[in-house]
Amino acid sequence: MRNIRLSVPDNAKSGDVIELKAMIRHDMESGYRVNIQGQTIARNILTFFECRFDDNVIFSADFHPGVSANPLLKFHMRAQKSGTLTFEWTEQTGQIFTKTAALAVLE
Amino acid sequence: MTPIKRRDVLRISGGVAVSLTLLPKSAWADEPAMRKSIRDMFGDKPIQDGRVTLTIPTLSENGYSVSMNVEVESPMTENDYVTKLAIFSERNPIPLIAAYHFTPASGRARIASNIRLGGTQNVHAIAQMSDGSLWRASAKTFVTLAACVVL
Repeated sequence: MRNIRLSVPDNAKSGDVIELKAMIRHDMESGYRVNIQGQTIARNILTFFECRFDDNVIFSADFHPGVSANPLLKFHMRAQKSGTLTFEWTEQTGQIFTKTAALAVLE
Repeated sequence: MTPIKRRDVLRISGGVAVSLTLLPKSAWADEPAMRKSIRDMFGDKPIQDGRVTLTIPTLSENGYSVSMNVEVESPMTENDYVTKLAIFSERNPIPLIAAYHFTPASGRARIASNIRLGGTQNVHAIAQMSDGSLWRASAKTFVTLAACVVL
């Protein structure tokens, strides 16, 4: 399993806009690098990221080779009720990496 | 540690020289390629300056990881929000770096991420609003160590 780090506030007030951070360890091999034998290293990147709150999509992103290795993303959401956040990355091979976090919203 | 052999140095530098000369010219994007990439995504609609703030360092020591901040002015309500934000590079082999999709539940159209840049250039951020209008910001950065070129 990939090393995934998330940062979600411990709690939030209803209506607050909170910042979420998500980072995954991945080489994001661009397909433009050359190894010591002079051969091109095959491309292997994450192509898609999605953040869902109880199955509703909050934010998503399409990645191309111009995204750095170990991509970090900071984005926001409007907290309305307590629930589960799902962070999901899709690799070009179709493999999916997921991590969830609980969000507690004080009424 | 074993000393670096003359043979190895020749082999590596030979590989680099061959790969640089064999690269098809079209593989390296220039501005026309970026304009085509923008047209492919947004069509021929006019793009206005403003509403988008793109922050990247003026000097980037390492083109492999350049921190980037983009914020779009929008109330982010059901009727008026940012649907899409795309980042384009003038000099990367692939002009489109990333595209971000927002929803009214995002609350705020602001992202931070790290990108690769293949040399000193302008970076462009184009936002599409829910009414279909397009807004743009660009920023220049000097890249000391370019991604894609060094091994």
